[in-house]
Amino acid sequence: MLLISCPWCGVERPEIEFRYGGEAHIDRPAQPADLDDHQWAEFLYMRSNPKGLLAERWRHVHGCGRFFNAVRHTVSDRFVCVYKTGEKCPDLEALAREGAQ
Amino acid sequence: MTQQNRTPEGGRIDRGTPVTFTFDGKRYQGFAGDTLASALLANDVHLVGRSFKYHRPRGIVTAGSEEPNALVGVARSRAKHAGGEATPNLRATQVEIHEGLAAESQNRWPSLAFDIGAVNDKLSPLFVAGFYYKTFMWPKSFWNRVYEPFIRAAAGLGKAPTKPDTDTYANTYAHCDVLVAGGGPAGLAAALAAARSGARVILADEQAEFGGSLLHERGAEIEGKPAADWVTDALGELGNNPRVTLLPRTTVFGYFNQNFLALAERVTDHLAEPDPALPRERMWQVRAKEVVLATGAIERPLVFPENDRPGVMMAEAGRIYANRYGVVPGKAIAVATACDSAWRAAFDIAEAGGTIAVIADLRAEPPAALVERAGSLGIPVETSCAVTGVIGKTRVKRVLLGRISDAGVLSAGEVEADCLLMSGGWTPNVSLHSQARGKLDWQADAGAFLPGDPVQAQRSAGSCRGIDGLAEVLADGARAGVAAATAAGHAGEAPSFAATGGDAGGGWWLGAVPHDRDAARVRAFVDFQNDVTAKDVKLAVREGMHSIEHIKRYTTTGMATDQGRLSNMNALSIASGALGNEIPQVGLTTFRQPYTPVTFGTLATTSRGDLFDPVRKTPIHDWAAEQGAAFEDVGLWKRAWYFPKGDEDMHDAVARECRTVRESVGIFDATTLGKIEIVGPDAAEFLNRIYTNPWTKLGVGKLRYGLMLNEAGFIMDDGVVGRLADDRFHVTTTTGGAPRVLAHMEDYLQTEWSDLNVWLTSTTEQWAVIAVQGPKAREAIAPLVDDIDLSGDAFPHMSLREGHVMGGVPCRLFRMSFTGEAGYEINVPPSRARAVWEAVWANVEKLGGCAYGTEAMHVLRAEKGYIIVGQETDGTVTPDDVGMSWAIGKKKPDFVGKRSLARPDLVAEGRKQMVGLLTKDGKTLLEEGAQVTVERSPARGTSALGHVTSSYQSPAAGRPIALAMIAGGRDRIGETLHVPMPNGGIAVEVVQPVFVDPEGSRLNA
Ligand SMILES: [Zn+2]
Repeated sequence: MLLISCPWCGVERPEIEFRYGGEAHIDRPAQPADLDDHQWAEFLYMRSNPKGLLAERWRHVHGCGRFFNAVRHTVSDRFVCVYKTGEKCPDLEALAREGAQ
Repeated sequence: MTQQNRTPEGGRIDRGTPVTFTFDGKRYQGFAGDTLASALLANDVHLVGRSFKYHRPRGIVTAGSEEPNALVGVARSRAKHAGGEATPNLRATQVEIHEGLAAESQNRWPSLAFDIGAVNDKLSPLFVAGFYYKTFMWPKSFWNRVYEPFIRAAAGLGKAPTKPDTDTYANTYAHCDVLVAGGGPAGLAAALAAARSGARVILADEQAEFGGSLLHERGAEIEGKPAADWVTDALGELGNNPRVTLLPRTTVFGYFNQNFLALAERVTDHLAEPDPALPRERMWQVRAKEVVLATGAIERPLVFPENDRPGVMMAEAGRIYANRYGVVPGKAIAVATACDSAWRAAFDIAEAGGTIAVIADLRAEPPAALVERAGSLGIPVETSCAVTGVIGKTRVKRVLLGRISDAGVLSAGEVEADCLLMSGGWTPNVSLHSQARGKLDWQADAGAFLPGDPVQAQRSAGSCRGIDGLAEVLADGARAGVAAATAAGHAGEAPSFAATGGDAGGGWWLGAVPHDRDAARVRAFVDFQNDVTAKDVKLAVREGMHSIEHIKRYTTTGMATDQGRLSNMNALSIASGALGNEIPQVGLTTFRQPYTPVTFGTLATTSRGDLFDPVRKTPIHDWAAEQGAAFEDVGLWKRAWYFPKGDEDMHDAVARECRTVRESVGIFDATTLGKIEIVGPDAAEFLNRIYTNPWTKLGVGKLRYGLMLNEAGFIMDDGVVGRLADDRFHVTTTTGGAPRVLAHMEDYLQTEWSDLNVWLTSTTEQWAVIAVQGPKAREAIAPLVDDIDLSGDAFPHMSLREGHVMGGVPCRLFRMSFTGEAGYEINVPPSRARAVWEAVWANVEKLGGCAYGTEAMHVLRAEKGYIIVGQETDGTVTPDDVGMSWAIGKKKPDFVGKRSLARPDLVAEGRKQMVGLLTKDGKTLLEEGAQVTVERSPARGTSALGHVTSSYQSPAAGRPIALAMIAGGRDRIGETLHVPMPNGGIAVEVVQPVFVDPEGSRLNA
């Protein structure tokens, strides 16, 4: 079971307090009607699914109830960092280089 | 004569405490401190089971948890008295005997000595590698009648108990700085070092006693003391340290993410009369900052013909039985080896009074010191010598020897022996490192995989990482213990432990041993428990299995309960030889949890019976129960299903309830509906975006049916929404959908529209809901309502009022219907719900009404063609598919799912649409889920047009009715279709999906 830090509560808690929310930083288009079918399908269904660092959404559903983002390594499940919704996505490539060292 | 194989003295057993037990009904004696295996061997019992596939007689092979053969069923006195059954598949090498223990062998019928299934052994050509795939393929119809019963009968691990488990199990959570898995020399040194550094330590070992190899190490000394005495001192020191938890009989069976480990502690199995308050086993869930794996090494069998005969054992097991249990497992013992450590076993047994018939070493030149010592003990030695077979079926009688030369293997005669000890060297036990996702490195010179870099905060110590020699192992453990403690935030220095003796020495062998026998006629086993031979592995390679993962599944090698800890390296070596590929290229299969089998009770702990799942009950529950209601589970809720009267069956009761609601009035507990209060200046705008419907113009005091889509355009929930004020809405959801809907709303509110000023609050538990439906509904509630004008003009259908009932009980009164009749839903605080319910009930009863349950509710709504999300919909259904385009706010620029509704697939012709179905004969009730086709008896492979989603006997229609999702259904109204069933197709007419009051005039009555 993973240990996850909630950036809102500032505490580390077991995975069962959280719910996974898929890849982060996929913004819902402001005017969906302006997108053609292909663009809309990209937004709906296409995800990066990397072998490596992934910025993803989590919700502290049995705690503060708030969504936040986390960078997790999809092979080792190691959490590199967590940050609040609305904050910028960290530079994943730089983080990967750091981790490799 | 009893305990004929017991030495006159020595060992760690308590000779002053004899213990009587039974095996297959026969009484035997052992001593306190014996395992079932050591006690049986003391009585010269080797034959303890039959093998899985061939039912070959099998004996005890090891002295540890990796035992492949000696699986037994054990009835403990306590479970037996409580009416429990024997626990199957326990390893005799781990079962501690106690007075009254009753053990039984497995895989044999009618008796262990004479087993009918042994005919499988003669039919073995049928059971070669991949036999499951080859034999049981065709024809398909044979599966149910022939193959499966055969496999089930023959696949004989022990029988699962049929009665509920009468034992109790416990669960505990723990945290520590350093968890040490394994209490042998490396583990003890690590625990001592970590504890002295101030760390909180948990030390767990699967055996009854800590000490591992030190418990049977003759002549070894640590800190100037005999090894076993040092163990006692070390345990004294650890036991006196309040920061140390010692867990004997505890297997670390699972290594999960971020150093989360699962341990199974056997608390009372070893006791004859345990305290009834104690659980049988306890599951430990431990979060460790650092982990030290000190899991040792496991001796590897030699793969030679008939190596599975009872009496053939691992050499180290022979040494353990002699030194630790005072048992010499035969009168004349032969030793077959390729390494030094087996010589040590021979010497210890000889010194304990046993007779060593021969040491046959595959090597040309074993160390001279060993040969010399054998000579001084009078032990015959053969070098360049292989054991090429064993004579004797249920017990070794003679051992065949072969001389390895340039010309091949030549017979070197035979030796009389009733026990054969074998050793192919040592396999480091890397299971937990592998479970922790650590990589393995191949060490060609050691012929072993060793732990590579760990992924988690763990380190291996001692022989599980290939360290040899007692002093070196202790030093390695101490280093690992301090390193772990330091990483966990403590500081200390690695203690040094002076040690002499206890060196395993060198030499190893991988793969099949050469022999001079007829290869077609002999079998040399690689995996004892799954009956996999060297030939099977080669055959798998010939038949195209080139990956070790494929070979494993094709032959089942390594799939036994030891996960291949005994067999993997030999199988891998044979496969790599057959493939002409190096071992690391062929690869090793992955070790997975659990390390050893864990009983289900330990995994379930207290989560069984009433504690399996929480139960949610409404405030009306007890009333319904008192009325004799039948209940159904809806999610965690218990809901009143129907209220039978007298000797009514379900059908009668539901029909009466439906008729009563349509004729007079019914009362229904709708408390389980999900409720969410949506408040804030932007509440209406938020609803506009979340629901398909428009909300801006909904007046205060009005209700509207709301339909919710996911972003892909499919229906995910529905419910009635009421506007309490400009900035306040009362939302209802389906019973099962409440948490999902709130999460969906929170998701959009927090992550997409954080600019909206809105708060969401679950109020499901804050309101009990009493639905009153039927032509007399107003009459039924009017006497109880304090301050709300119920007249049709003042309070029309789809309205909402806040007020009071019964002289001051606050209430939100909805005028709405899910039955097609005029009706109300009275929302009151749960604390007052039962009183209000009973008051309404008194009026309902006076008016000739009834209480109705969820089944009648389903029928009533189906008669009106109202959908149930999850019954008519399945996550692929759009509003238009169920005829609900009217619920879409056409003028809204956007809402969740809107853009998707224009996707090509969602506007394509021929989508499944909701329609009604009436069986042509007017009598047959369709089955929900049944497929609908054009033809009465469609050709094989014909696609269905759709399926029946709801089907009920309708009292109002006086006939069965059904709802269905049918391709292009609305254009098929009036057509005859068919529902093919095993007894022939049923003709149905496609109709509008409304069976009662299509104009809706009754709603406004
Ligand atoms: Zn939180």
